[in-house]
Formats: sequence, structure tokens, C-alpha cells
Amino acid sequence: MKTIDQTQQEIVEEFSMFSDWMDKYEYIIDMGKNLEQLPDDFKKDEFLIPGCQSRVWLVPEFRDDKVFFKTDSDAIITKGIACLIVRIFNGRTKEEISKSKLFFIEKIGLVQNLSPTRANGLASMVDKIYRYVK
Amino acid sequence: MIDNLNKIRNDFPILKTKVYDKPLVFLDSAASSQKPDCVINAVADFYKRHNANIHRGVYFLSQKATALYEETRVKVQQFINAKYSHEIIFTRGTTEGINLVASSFGDLLSDGDEVIISEMEHHANIVPWQLLQKRKKIVIKVIPITSDFQLDIAAYKKLINQRTKLVSVTHISNTLGTINPIQLIIDIAHANNIPVLIDAAQSIHHKAIDVQKLDVDFLVFSGHKMYAETGIGILYGKEDLLNKMPPYQGGGDMIKDVTFEQTTFAELPQKFEAGTTNYSGAISLKVAIEYIEKIGLDKIACYEGKLQDYAIAKLRKMPDIQLYTTSKFNKTSVISFNIKGIHHEDIGTMLDKMGIAVRTGGHCTYPLMKKLGVTGTVRASFVLYNTFAEIDFFVKSLQRVVNMLKN
Repeated sequence: MKTIDQTQQEIVEEFSMFSDWMDKYEYIIDMGKNLEQLPDDFKKDEFLIPGCQSRVWLVPEFRDDKVFFKTDSDAIITKGIACLIVRIFNGRTKEEISKSKLFFIEKIGLVQNLSPTRANGLASMVDKIYRYVK
Repeated sequence: MIDNLNKIRNDFPILKTKVYDKPLVFLDSAASSQKPDCVINAVADFYKRHNANIHRGVYFLSQKATALYEETRVKVQQFINAKYSHEIIFTRGTTEGINLVASSFGDLLSDGDEVIISEMEHHANIVPWQLLQKRKKIVIKVIPITSDFQLDIAAYKKLINQRTKLVSVTHISNTLGTINPIQLIIDIAHANNIPVLIDAAQSIHHKAIDVQKLDVDFLVFSGHKMYAETGIGILYGKEDLLNKMPPYQGGGDMIKDVTFEQTTFAELPQKFEAGTTNYSGAISLKVAIEYIEKIGLDKIACYEGKLQDYAIAKLRKMPDIQLYTTSKFNKTSVISFNIKGIHHEDIGTMLDKMGIAVRTGGHCTYPLMKKLGVTGTVRASFVLYNTFAEIDFFVKSLQRVVNMLKN
């Protein structure tokens, strides 16, 4: 299995194929569209990420000392980016996650999507993952 | 129609900005307007040549700054045709104006008294009354909106009773753009001896307001939506009401005499202007009003109305669009909509990448969102510096975004 940094690098390379921002977004949108919908049972307040304009749910689960996440959002771009974050962190141990640093968002040129503004709570999503493994 | 449109756009230097290497198309002036050179220069000039704390010094600069500040008060008085300049209170903005009234006028209320607001109010005209409820057991009554996004006046009449002590409603909805019939609302309230507060945040730069003709009791608005600096706003109140109300905050400038035993308060307007006020903001407001007057409110409203009609006609042709707009003419160039099956945030994110700034979300009107059955909308607002070409680009870009996002 690839390391967290290797997975991030892999994503950066995937995005480097697109020179146009429009294509990058199309790729994220497609990921969002293809992500399996979270069953309504999981769409509870306890899994809701605060501070987002769109609703984002993040459901963590421990299996054999490893963390797995399910995610969903009612906005497709948020969902696509959440999908990438889950891809990086899924199946990792607590130690692996807490030692890691996210660099892919900035490198693929979507840095504004992680800004800690009221309009976009992806920073809170990442924050929640780190706090979860503490 | 506004003459010489290019000249007007040239007045606003930020409009030449590029975002992501694309020309900025700014369609969020209902949140805050951009500033013309004359306002920017007036603020810079003030700090370069006249800056000193007002009402404090016997020296030249302080007196000059005070004179400029007080000139704005008179300018605002003339602009809204208030009877006296001491009826004009400087605030931080519309929100503070309503909080001031809710707090100070609220002090005069008793348990069981009622305040009427409406379903299309901004949170700034909901939460202050709820805060008051923590001090006094007042009842908040809400005028519903009709299916045509207008205030239900018949329902409003039924809400009035002997315990009603204030009606506080918006002139123009920041989400729907609906222009409410404030003269009618005031007349109905006054027939029952009830004072009325009008939130003019979205209307002050769009429609001429004559407070004496309207006979309105309180009027609040912000400078930053009318081309002035941020952090300055106005509360107009009728002299007798303001005199009856206790001060809002304590501090410098609002006192007559202070001892540790007792303090006596200054007369209007200082009574409500505790501490060092935003005097540079106030000075910018005078320049902004002069700018509006130079172009003419009638011309501005006429041009913005044309932008609105043009945008609505184009948007209506889009498939799956839900426009939250009245079919009647009492509306301004604030347009809220959703596209079926697409989240408003996605639309805003993609339009941003094309250089277009629109607002998405609940627009600080969550109860209204609940009524509309949505979590938010896309809101585009157009003012005097926007163009028909920008609307064309906006609608074309929206179509492109929808094609990308739809399933």
C-alpha cells in the first residue's frame, strides 16, 4: 500500500495532466458524481462538519487498528474534494495520519478551497480527521 | 438611463481588477458596494491633512475634523429630509442601528408587549429582538410572505393589537429584492399609534427616502452598501422617541457630567454616540451621498431597473431555474435563484473561477430559506456600475457551469 505522501503525489500527478482549471474541476465533479451516496442513517448531526455552506458528512470507522471514512455532501465539488481526502486517509493507522501533512490541495491549485472561511468548511473536515486520530 | 456609463465604471478602480487572469464581474453589491475614487481619495485626504479626534480638541485639526464630521450629519439630514440634524445618529451600520433601538427602545417595553417583524427579515432584524426577549418577555410576531414573495398585508393587519409596541420591517429584501409598501405599512401602524422602524440597508442608494413624508419613526442604513466606507451607518429617529430612550452605550462624548455617584447624559445626538466614532467613515459617507446625488437617484433606479429586467428575462429562459422573484414590478436588481438538482455553492465556486462574484448561501435570512424550502440560493445583484455585457457573460457562464454540474 502506498504511503500518505505517495497517494498525495499520485493525486498531484493526476491533476498535472490538466492544464486548464476547468478540466481540473470537471475531474473533481466527476469524482463527486461517482461517489456512492451515504445512506440517510449516517446523515446525522454528529457526522456533520460544522462551518460549511454545503452540508458535508464524515463517518469514521475503526477496523484492525485502521481508520476508514465514509463521506458525502449535498454539493458536488465539496463531495469530490472530500473524496480525495478520504482516498488519502482511508486504511491508515492513527500514527500515520497524525504524522502526515496535507500538501496536495495547494499543489493541484485548489488552495482557496481549504481556506478557513465561513463559506467553505473543508479546513474543518481535515481538522476533524486529525482530531479524530488524536 | 445613466449617461456616460464608461465614466461611471472608471470611477471605481477595483472594477479593472483581474481575478484568475479574467476580468472581474462583480455581482455582489447587495452585500457591499465597491467604492468610487472620490470616496477613496476623501478618506486618504482626511488622514493626510485633517486627522484628529473629533469633539475633543480646541486645536485646529480637531476642530476641522469635527466640522467635517458634523457636515456629514447635515448632509444625511438633507438626503433623507429629516427635520433636525440631531435626529441623525452615527452607528457602525444597519445592524448596530437595529441593536440600538432594540436595546434602548426595548428598555421602554414591558413584559407581554409585542414587536412585529416579517418573514423576509435579515438576521439583523430578528436576533436583536430575540436578545431583548432575554431581558423582557416580549412577543415577536412575524408577517408571512405570499407565494409571490411579497408581504401579506392582510395578515399584517391581523397581527396588530393593543400590545403591539413596534413594527420593524425591511424596505427591500436583501434576498428577494422585493420592495415592500412601507408607506402603507407605516400608515396602518400609525392608525394604531404604533411606531415603525424601517431597515433601509438595501434601499437607501436605490430609492429616494423622505422620512418626514413617510412619517417613519426609525430608519437605519449602512454606508458600505451606498459606496461609502465600511463601519459607518445611520440611525434616524424622531426627536421625541430618541429623547425618551436611554443611552445605548456609556463612555466618552455621550455624557454631560460624570461623578462616581451619578452621571448625566449629553443631549442628542451625542447621547447615542459613545466613544470615538468612525469619523473617517462618516466623512466618506458625505462624499458618497454627493456622488449619488450627482448622478441622481432617479437615473440610478431607472438604469438598475433595466439591468434587472434584462437579467430576469435572460434567466427565465434557462431550463430548471427557480427564480425567487415577484412577478410584479416592485422589485430591485437583487435576484435570487436555484437550478434544480445543483447546489448553490457549486454554482458560486465555478462562477468564481470565471471571474464572476455572486453570493451563495442563506444571505443571513435563514427563516426565509426555510419558508422557501431551500438551504440557500445563488444571488446576483446589479448596481449602477454593472453592464448589460456583464449580464450576458454571467448568463452564458452560468449555462456552462450548469452543463458541467448537472447529472
